[in-house]
Order: sequence, then C-alpha cells, then structure tokens
Amino acid sequence: MTPEEEREFLRRRKARNWVVAGTLVFFVVLFYAITIVRIGGQGG
Amino acid sequence: MASTPSQTAAMMPTEWRDFFALTKPRVMTLVIFTAICGVLAAPGSIHPVIGFTAILAIAMGAGGSAVLNMWWEADIDAGMKRTMSRPLPGGRMRREDARDFGIFLSAVSIVLMGLAVGWLAAALLLGAIIYYAVIYTMWLKPRTPQNIVIGGGAGAFPPLIGWVAVTGDITAMPLLLFAIIFFWTPPHFWALALFVQSDYAKVGIPMLPVVAGEKATRNQIMGYTLLLAPIAIAPWAIGGTSWIYGSVAVVLSALFVVLAVPVFTRMRAETDAMTPEKTLFKFSIVYLFVLFAALVADRVAAYQGWIA
Repeated sequence: MTPEEEREFLRRRKARNWVVAGTLVFFVVLFYAITIVRIGGQGG
Repeated sequence: MASTPSQTAAMMPTEWRDFFALTKPRVMTLVIFTAICGVLAAPGSIHPVIGFTAILAIAMGAGGSAVLNMWWEADIDAGMKRTMSRPLPGGRMRREDARDFGIFLSAVSIVLMGLAVGWLAAALLLGAIIYYAVIYTMWLKPRTPQNIVIGGGAGAFPPLIGWVAVTGDITAMPLLLFAIIFFWTPPHFWALALFVQSDYAKVGIPMLPVVAGEKATRNQIMGYTLLLAPIAIAPWAIGGTSWIYGSVAVVLSALFVVLAVPVFTRMRAETDAMTPEKTLFKFSIVYLFVLFAALVADRVAAYQGWIA
C-alpha cells in the first residue's frame, strides 16, 4: 500500500466505525424506550 | 494507485455510503411515507415509540430486500448505463458483503417488528421481503413483461403493514390501501418507460414497451388506470372514510383517467416531446401523495371528532 492508499484505508475504516457505533447507540436507546413502554402499559 | 476497481474492493474497507446506497434510499422515501400513512389512518392508538419502531422496521425490511435485489442483479446493472455505477457493478464492494448485509438487515427488521410491535406485522414484513427479493427479483422479473405489476405488489406492502402494526388484524381497509398502490404502479411506471430510453432489452429484462411494443403499453396504461379508479374510491364507498377522502379520491381518479386518455389514444411521432406521457407520470406521483394525505386527514378528523 502506498501512503495515500493507507490514509484512505484508515479514513474509510474510521468512518465506518463511527457509523456502526452510532447505530449501536441508537438501538440501545430504542430498545430501552421500547422496554419501558411495553412494561408500562398493555403493549403501548 | 494503478489498481483496478476489483483490487481496490478486495483490500479497501467499503465506504459506508455505498452500503447505504444499496438500500435504495429514494425508493425508501415513498415506503416510509405510505407506511406512516398506514399507521396514522388505522383505527386505535399506538404509542409513539412503538409506532416509530414499526416504521423503522418497515424501512429496514424495504432496505434489506433492496440490498438483496442489488446483489442478485449486479450483472444486469453492470450492463445498463443508468445502473452501471452502483456500488456492486462499480466494483466498490464485495458481493458477499452485499448479500450478508441484505440478509442481516432483513432479519433484524423482522425480529424488531415481532418483538416490539407484533408478530402478524412481522409475518407480513417477512412475506413482503420474500415477495420482493425472491418472487419478484429472482423469479418473475426476468420472465414476464407484467413484471412491473408484480413489482408493484412489493411497493404496496408498507401501508398494509403499518396499518396492521396498529390494529393487529387484517381488514378490508388495509387491503384496499395495498390494492391502490398495486394498481397505481403499472400506469406510473409504464408512462415513464414510454419516454425514457432504457437499455433493459440489452440485459434481457422483458420490459413491456420493449417486448409487446408501444401500443400494447398504452393500452395497459389505460386499463390499469380504469381499474385503479374504483379501487381508490372504494374506501369511501364501503364506509371506511368520510366525504373528505371520498371527494379527493373522485377528483384525483377522474384527473388520472383524463390524463391517461391522450396517452392511450396517441402514438409517438418522429420528433416527439412526449408531453402527455411526462404529464401523466408527474401527476401519478402527486396522485399517490395527495390521496394518502387525504386519507390521513380524513381519519384524523374522524378520530378527533371534528366530523360526524
């Protein structure tokens, strides 16, 4: 890999990791909210 | 630096935007809109969090099946100008990654719908995904010039699933919403197919204008437009809506027929601007948005007690 390619490799990996992290956090929050709603009422 | 696209795809991590592009985001806007309409128009209440989750699951299921469609059709897409720079034919990602991403998205969407909302809605979502990815994409699209009619069935699921997410059962109204999009799709798409030069013939997809000719396509547009009108008015006729939706449906359907007639009666001239076809296509989009918006307005007004 040339230095340019390596920079591109790292940039793409970093961007993907951020997207995956954001998605995971989103689903953690969503499942927490779903759980609270479903425990709270009769299925909401 | 001089590496070919396939070599780049093999060693570079795929851009996340390319994964996103596989889910056909523009198609998804219509999916999300009609699904929201299904949720809002259904009788009964749903907690906003659960309603949001239902829409999200439908969008993820639509995205997952779109990814599987792109995975299956990568070779076809490579042969057409409009689609040759998509992530797979463009060589920006590995095919196995697309396939696995599609299966993963689909599976998560079904489990999410089942756990958070209900298993009938989840079963319908599974049915919609199999219908689009397997029955349409793999089986019927390459085999019949009525493929657009079959494909319209896939686009017709979101409002049905959205409705069932709220009510938990299948009644006449959500089935009518399904039927409206089902019969709306052929005139919508074939009007476009008449004025856009496509190279489907080159890749062996039997699109109606290519296989059966221009006249047959114009006949079919008229036929499906006439079938659509009574179906669009039916929700009002069976007492499922009030005059608000009823009057909008009657006016819109009459306009649709009026705009389809010149498309039906004329033939392409030497240098043709194809104005009636373009007008019909643009109107068909307005038609669907306004019809569904009217349905939501009608039902919200009724549930709020603003109308009798």
